Amino acid sequence: MSIEQREARQPWILLTPALTAVTLLLIVPLMFIVVYSFWLKSAVGADTPGFFLDNWQEALTDRFYRDILLNTLKISAITTIACAALGYPAAYFIARSKGNKVVLLVLLMLPFWISYIIRTMSWINILGVSGALNSALMWIGIINQPIQMLYNETTVILGLVHFLLPFMVLNIFVSLDGIDTNLEDAASSLGATRWQGFLQVTLPLSLPGLAAGGLLCFVLSAGTYITPVILGGPRDAMFANLVYEAIIGQLDWPLGSALSLLLLMVLGVLVLIYNRYLGMAQLAKGLG
Amino acid sequence: MSAVSLSQIVKRFGDYTAVHQMSLEIEEGSFVTLLGPSGCGKTTTLRMIAGLLDPTQGDITIKGRRVNDVPIHKRNLGLVFQNYALFPHKTVAENVAFGLNYRDVAKDEVKRRVAAALELVQLPELGARYPKELSGGQQQRIALARAIVIEPDVLLLDEPLSALDANLREDMRVELKRIQQSIGVTTVFVTHDQTEALAMSDQIIVMSEGRVEQVGAPEDVYNTPATEFVARFLGASNLLDARCTESAPGRVLLDLPGFPRIDIPKERAPRVSGPGPVRLVIRAEKLHLKAPGSPAEGMLSVDAVVGNVDYQGQSARYFVRVGDHQMQAVNMIEDHPFAEGERVTLQFRAKDCAALPVESRP
Repeated sequence: MSIEQREARQPWILLTPALTAVTLLLIVPLMFIVVYSFWLKSAVGADTPGFFLDNWQEALTDRFYRDILLNTLKISAITTIACAALGYPAAYFIARSKGNKVVLLVLLMLPFWISYIIRTMSWINILGVSGALNSALMWIGIINQPIQMLYNETTVILGLVHFLLPFMVLNIFVSLDGIDTNLEDAASSLGATRWQGFLQVTLPLSLPGLAAGGLLCFVLSAGTYITPVILGGPRDAMFANLVYEAIIGQLDWPLGSALSLLLLMVLGVLVLIYNRYLGMAQLAKGLG
Repeated sequence: MSAVSLSQIVKRFGDYTAVHQMSLEIEEGSFVTLLGPSGCGKTTTLRMIAGLLDPTQGDITIKGRRVNDVPIHKRNLGLVFQNYALFPHKTVAENVAFGLNYRDVAKDEVKRRVAAALELVQLPELGARYPKELSGGQQQRIALARAIVIEPDVLLLDEPLSALDANLREDMRVELKRIQQSIGVTTVFVTHDQTEALAMSDQIIVMSEGRVEQVGAPEDVYNTPATEFVARFLGASNLLDARCTESAPGRVLLDLPGFPRIDIPKERAPRVSGPGPVRLVIRAEKLHLKAPGSPAEGMLSVDAVVGNVDYQGQSARYFVRVGDHQMQAVNMIEDHPFAEGERVTLQFRAKDCAALPVESRP
């Protein structure tokens, strides 16, 4: 075998384990789901194999699913914006701090050592009827009766922000950390105030990180189902809860498959639009 | 009135003192170089003038205005960095126009001045390109254009040539000097490269360990080093222990074992006060290797043996042994370089020597 042939083969040899894993663990199960979504659940016994469009018709026409899908997208959007607003200053602080960057990044990662479910449930101890906040307010004397603060859309968003903020901070940090600090100094030497320099130079150059963090937060919140279960009320179900309910609750695998594919397709289209208009590839090119 | 004046500037970082009691006057329109090895405080000094660092003590004045409390964006300075620091997401024209947008300059005036600045750095065609499409030398010219288009009171250059490769560096050196002279802007240039400093400066400030070692025109600093540090840092010098036997008016007489008596003009030994131990300084290129027995018209001569030869094409650096002394000489090569082990006569002029008092450094 010639050297060229060997060199041409090398990347494929290196990629084989990853490609195998992706194929077996992602593509194949996804194909199963696609097939399942065209089957029909029978009242008793095994599902009926075949090519039926009933599940898709239900998923696409029932207003109930459409409303929850829109609500899920709305919650995800609010969560993403909140993460960006809270995460950017934190990321900026870490990127510009001298020396103890590593310590700060470890602190940022620290919550990941605790289960996501436990972290979400901790809000019950803070916001619950006999939680820390109510107890404190009653002790001070601002209120006489505990207030019901939990189990609404706000607490769901709160829980999601709590969960997703580190992802946002890390993504923004990586792009801020790659920006030459001389650029800000150059901007100030030319007459820009710190704020003007930030808006003109640092912010545009950190957009790829902000965009990547935003996409990650949006997709992860749109697919979440634990947070609404723990922190949401009966009317705060998100789309993944419907999938869970269909498959685990009603054992309706065909409908659950159609619903989960619907969510996947909606998110896929959003990612494409996002990529097209925020032009992440374009921004990355600008950074050369 | 000085364009820039530093008085009694001290800069400490925690326990570390980067700049000790530095005072400096920079004349309007002059090209002044802060020269020294890394860690000597030259960049710290530049950053204090720029307003990127605050001095711990002392005053900084720019055009008669005390600027200690003036933030960088109000100092009207042009700053050029070693790594160019062009805004990668803006075109060349937008980069150059950046500073004008914060000054009350009308739109077509901005256009005109950007074009003029690009013309001045000889890259008039590149306005629409992005920085990453340019070579290093071009990027540095654009950075220079961006700094001078705002007509700064002082142009500050922080090792602007160090990132360029050798040939380009020499071209840019000439170019930079030409541009500076054509607009007459007061310029403070930081470098560790003595060739750049000697070639470009009106005045050189040699720094070491946060202190000013010498201030003077390139020729003065080169020919009459004020301290051993300067003698060693600029060019290749031989420093030998000698004894001053007599200090007559206008003359200093030195004795050195194995050498004839050396009679140095007083202006080349301004700090030698009287008889006692001194350090004799002879530049490597002022020592001439000759065949043994060559006539020495008006020159002192001493026998030597050639050690290592460092061949450099048109010239060679010889390491020679004179009695117990190791010395180096840089000579143009006439026919063939001298060979290792050859016996030669070393010739030099007494007026090319300098003498320093022996320093007792902590």
